[in-house]
Amino acid sequence: MSESTLKTVWKYMKNYRVLLVISIIFAAVSVVLSLYIPILVGDAIDEIVGVGAVDFQKIGELLVATVVLALITAMCQWIMSTIHNKVTFQMVQDIRMAAFEKIQILPLKYVDGHSSGDLVSRVIADVDQFADGLLMGFTQFFTGVMTIIVTLVFMFSIHWKIALVVVVLTPISLLVARFIAKKTYHMFSLQSETRGDQTAFIDEMIGNEKVVKAYTHEEEAIKTFDEINERLAKYSLRATFFSSLTNPCTRFVNSLVYAGVGLSGAWFAISGGITVGALSCFLSYANQYTKPFNEISGVITELQNSLACARRVFELMEEDPEIPDAKDADVLVSVEGEVSLENVSFSYVPGIKLIQNFHLSVKPGQRIAIVGPTGCGKTTLINLLMRFYDVNEGTIKVQGKDIRKVTRESLRKNYGMVLQETWLKTGTIRENLIMGKPDATDEEMIAAAKAAFAHGFIKRLPNGYDTHIGEGGEGLSQGQKQLLCIARVMLCLPPMLILDEATSSIDTRTELKIQEAFGRMMKGRTSFIVAHRLSTIREADVILVMKNGNIIEQGNHDELMKQQGFYANLYNSQFDVSKNQTA
Amino acid sequence: MVKLLAYLKNYRKECIFAPLFKLLEVVFELMVPLVMAKLIDIGIGNQDKNYILKMFVILIVFAIVGLISSVTAQYFAAKAAVGFAKELKHSLFCHIQSLSFTEIDQLGTSSLITRMTSDMNQVQSGVNMTLRLVLRSPFVVFGAMILAFTIDVKAALIFVVTIPLLAIVIFGIMLWCIPRYKTVQEKLDKVLETTRENLTGIRVIRAFCKEKEEIGHFHERTEELTNIQKKVGRISALMNPVTYCMINIAIGVLIWQGAIRVNVGLLTQGAVVALYNYMSQILIELIKLANLILNMTKSVACGNRIQSVFEICSSMEEGVYKEESQKENLPFVEFDHVSLRYNGAGDEALKDIHFSVKKGETVGIIGGTGSGKSSLVHLLPRFYDATEGEVRINGVDVRKYSLKELRQKVTVVLQKAVLFQGTIRENMQWGNKNATDEEIYNALTIAQAKDVVDGKRGKLDYVIEQGGKNLSGGQRQRLTIARALLCHGEILILDDSASALDYQTDANLRKAIRNMKNSPIVFIVSQRTSSIQHADKIIVLEDGKMAGVGTHEELLESCEVYQEIYYSQFKKEA
Repeated sequence: MSESTLKTVWKYMKNYRVLLVISIIFAAVSVVLSLYIPILVGDAIDEIVGVGAVDFQKIGELLVATVVLALITAMCQWIMSTIHNKVTFQMVQDIRMAAFEKIQILPLKYVDGHSSGDLVSRVIADVDQFADGLLMGFTQFFTGVMTIIVTLVFMFSIHWKIALVVVVLTPISLLVARFIAKKTYHMFSLQSETRGDQTAFIDEMIGNEKVVKAYTHEEEAIKTFDEINERLAKYSLRATFFSSLTNPCTRFVNSLVYAGVGLSGAWFAISGGITVGALSCFLSYANQYTKPFNEISGVITELQNSLACARRVFELMEEDPEIPDAKDADVLVSVEGEVSLENVSFSYVPGIKLIQNFHLSVKPGQRIAIVGPTGCGKTTLINLLMRFYDVNEGTIKVQGKDIRKVTRESLRKNYGMVLQETWLKTGTIRENLIMGKPDATDEEMIAAAKAAFAHGFIKRLPNGYDTHIGEGGEGLSQGQKQLLCIARVMLCLPPMLILDEATSSIDTRTELKIQEAFGRMMKGRTSFIVAHRLSTIREADVILVMKNGNIIEQGNHDELMKQQGFYANLYNSQFDVSKNQTA
Repeated sequence: MVKLLAYLKNYRKECIFAPLFKLLEVVFELMVPLVMAKLIDIGIGNQDKNYILKMFVILIVFAIVGLISSVTAQYFAAKAAVGFAKELKHSLFCHIQSLSFTEIDQLGTSSLITRMTSDMNQVQSGVNMTLRLVLRSPFVVFGAMILAFTIDVKAALIFVVTIPLLAIVIFGIMLWCIPRYKTVQEKLDKVLETTRENLTGIRVIRAFCKEKEEIGHFHERTEELTNIQKKVGRISALMNPVTYCMINIAIGVLIWQGAIRVNVGLLTQGAVVALYNYMSQILIELIKLANLILNMTKSVACGNRIQSVFEICSSMEEGVYKEESQKENLPFVEFDHVSLRYNGAGDEALKDIHFSVKKGETVGIIGGTGSGKSSLVHLLPRFYDATEGEVRINGVDVRKYSLKELRQKVTVVLQKAVLFQGTIRENMQWGNKNATDEEIYNALTIAQAKDVVDGKRGKLDYVIEQGGKNLSGGQRQRLTIARALLCHGEILILDDSASALDYQTDANLRKAIRNMKNSPIVFIVSQRTSSIQHADKIIVLEDGKMAGVGTHEELLESCEVYQEIYYSQFKKEA
C-alpha cells in the first residue's frame, strides 16, 4: 500500500525531480563543509602553542579558509531551502488544484457519502501535512544521515579511540529520551482525555449559557466545572513535568559524553596521540552529535504520518469520476418541458431498494407536487431529474431525449432549482443573484428580488445589493437566505423548475405571497414541487404521493381526497385537531 | 495580561524558585568550558593525569548538580503554570456565569468557548515556557559574555559586538516574518473556505454549471497562497545561513585575537578553546530566546483576550425584592408601554407593548419571522431589560426581584430544545433538584413525553448524548417541556417549543397543561394559528408592534394581519 503511495508521490514530483536532485547535492555539500569547519578551527588552535610559538601565517590561511567555507556552506543552505520551499509550495498547489478539479467531477454519490469536513481536511490539512512531512522530512532525514556518517568518518580519521567513546556513549541519550517519551505517553493520554471532558463540558454549558441561566443552574455548573478542572490540573501537572524532563536528561547525557571526551582526549594528548586543536574539534562534535539522532527519530514518525495523509489525498484523486458526457451528446435546445420517466429504478445502496419501476409522464407546463413521509424518496427523485445520480434501470427523458445522451450542462441549465438547504456563496448579494444569468441588468435583478419579496430586506442591509455575505450566508436568517435562493432562480427563469421545500423557513404569510409569485412564474413551465405543508400544493396538476420509494397515489387534490386514501389522511390530520377542539 | 498575573499569587514560591534553579543549572553549564580550559592548560600542559581525573570528576559533578537543579526548576514551573491556568479557568468560568444575555450576545458563545479552551492552553504553556526559559537563555548568552570578560577583556569585546548583531538579524527576520505568516494563514483560510463552499454547494454549483468558473477561482486563491508562501520562505530561510556565517566570522576573529594574545603570553591555549566553546553556545540560545519571545507574545495576546472578557461585567443589576403575598385584584403580569432595543441594533425590536394578564390565563403570541415574539417573552425572566416602560409581575417591576427568585417564578422553554449529556433523570432535575421519579413521570405525562421515556432502555436512566443527538427533534422538545414543568413556576413560557410536534400531540399537550393543578399562566409563542387560537388572549405582532390583541374570534373580525396569517394556514372553507 505505502509502496503504491510512494509511486504516486513520485509521479507528482515529475516536474520537480531535477530541482530535488540539485537540492540534495547542495544539502550534501553544506553538511560536509559545516562538519569540516571545526577541523580547520582545531588546526588553527593547534598553531597557538604558546608564547612566541604562534604561526600567524598558517593561522591566517586556516581562518580565511574557515570563513570562506562558512560562506559557501551558508550559500548552499540557503539555496537548498529556497529550492525546497519552491518545490514544496508548488507541489502543494498542484495537488490541491488536481484535488479540487477532481471534486468538480466526482459523482455526487461520493460527496454525499463523505462529510464535507473530511473532504476539506484532505484538500487542506492533509496536503499540507503530506508536503511538509514528506519533503521537509526527506531533507531532514537525508541531512541527518549524512551528518552522522560524515561526523563518524571525521572522528575516526582524527582519533578512533576517542571516536569510540562518542559512539558508545551517545546512544544513551536516545534511550533516555525514548524511555521518557514512553512513560509520559500514558500521562499525556490521561491529560488529553480529561481536557476533552473539560472542553465538552465548556462547549455544553457556555454554548447553551442561556439555558443554564434560564434554569439558574450556574452554581451547579461551576461545581461540576471545578471538579473536572481539579482533575485536569492533577494530570496536567504530571504530563507537563514528566515531558519536560527530556531536555535536562539528554543534556545530562551530553555532559557525560563531553566529560568523557575531555578525559580520554586529555589522556591521549599527554601521550601525544592527539593535539589540543583536535580535542576541541572533538568536543564540538560531541556537542552536536545527538542532534541528528533526535531529528531522525522525529522525522520517522513524521514520515509515517505524512504517508497516511498522502494516502487520504490520493484516495480522493483516484476515485472514479462521473461518467463523462458522451462525445456525441446532444445539446438540449428549445425545451418546452416535457419530461417522462419510464420504468425507472434506483437505489443508493445496492440491495436496499428504493425507487422501483417508476412511471411518470409530464406534459409541458404541468405542475407536479410530490408529498409523502420523510425518507420516502422525494428528494431522490430530484437527484435523478437533475442527473446528480444516474438511474439504475429505465430512462428519464426530456423532450423525448434520454438525459444520459445530452450534455449535463444543457440539461441542468434548463432547470431552475431551489432547495431546502439554502446555499449562498461568499460574495455580494448581487453576485449571488446573477449566478444563473451573469449578464442580467440591475433592473432585471431588482425585479426578480421584488418578485421573491427579497427586495425589502436587501434594501435595508448596509450596502444594499452590494452587501457582502459571508460563508454560507452568515448574518442572514434562514428565511432571508431562502428568499435569495428564490430570487436567484426567478432571475434566470429556465423552462423547468424544481422546488424542494423551497419555502420551509418562511412564515406562512410571506409564503403565500411568494406562492403567488411562483404561480406567475410557473405559468407555462413544468415544475416539480416537494413540500410538507399541504396547503401549498393543492393547486398542482398532479400530486404524487410517495411512500417507500413508490408512488402509492397519483392524481389532483380533489381526486385524491375522494379516494380517502393516504393523501386524504395526511391532509386531514393537519386540520382535524383544530376542528375537534372547536367542536 | 498583567492583571491576570494576580492568579499566580498562590504560586509565588514556585515562580521564584523555578527561574532560580534554572539559573543554577546555567551557572554549572557555563563553568564547563572553564574547567575544560584548565584541563587542557594544566592537565595536558603539565602531563598531570591526576589533575585530569580530578577535572573529569568535577565535570561529572557539575552535570549531576545541573540535572538536579534543572529537574527542580521544571517541576516548579509546571506546578505554577498548571495552577495558574486552573485558577484562571475557574474565575473565568464563574465570570461567564455571571454575565447577562446582552453580554453573551455581545461576546458570542463560540468566542467564549475559545477563551476558555485554546486561549487558556496557550497561556498555560506560555507561563510554563517563560518560567523555564526566560532566565536561561539570557543567562547563557550574557553569562558566556561575562565569563569571556573574566578570561580576557579584549577577546570579550568580540562577544560584545557579535551578540547584538546576531540579535538584530534573528529578531529582524522574525519581525519581518510574523505579520506575513498571518497573511499566509488568511490566504490559507480563503482556500479552505472555497473548498468547503464547493462541497456544501455542490448541487447548486452543478445546477448552475459553474464548475469551470469555480476551478478558476480556486486557482487564483491557491496561486496567491503559494506566492506569499514562497516570498516568506525565501526570507525566513535566510536566518540559519546568515547567523551561521556571522558566528564563524566571529570565531575567526576570536582565534586570530587569541593567537596574538597567546603569542605575547597574555592568554593560554586552553583559554582560547574555552572562548571558542562559549561562542558556539551563544547562537543556539539566541534562537531559543527569539522563539520564546515569539511564544510569549502569542500568550500575551491570548491573555489579553481573556482579560477583555473579565472587563465586561453584567449590565444587569439584581433586585432584592422578596414579597410573596398575592395581590388579588391586580393583573399578575403587566407590560406597561414597553419598548426594547437590543444593544447595537439600529431599530427597536419591540415598540410600545402594552397589555396585562390575569392568573390562570393563556396568552398566545403570533406573528411572522422576526416580528419580536421571542423578544417579548424574554423580557419576563429578564433575559433582557426593557429600554422603555416597565414589565411587572404581581405588581412589582421585574428589575426589583432577585434573578433567582424571578426565574423560579418564570419558566421558559426555549425555541432550541437543548438537553445535556447525562441521564434523562439528571436532565429533568435541572427543573427541580429534588424531584422524585413520581414527580418526573407526572411532568413527562403532561408534556406527552412519557412514551418517549418508556421506549428507552433504562427509562429515566437512559443516557442522553451531548446535544441530545440520540433523540429526535420532537422528543427533545417534549423533554424540555417536561423539564420546565418540574420547576412549578407561576408563569410558563413556551417559545415556539412545540414546532416539531404534530398537530394532535401539540393539542394534547396544551390540554394537559390547562388541566394541571395550580396551572400557571401560559404564554404560547407560535407561528401556527392552531396552537394559539384557543388562548384567552392573543397578541399579534408585526415588526415589533402590536397589530392586535383579543380572542381568536375578535381578531378574525378586526385584525387584518391575523386574518392573513390565519388564512395562509387554513383556506377559507366555503
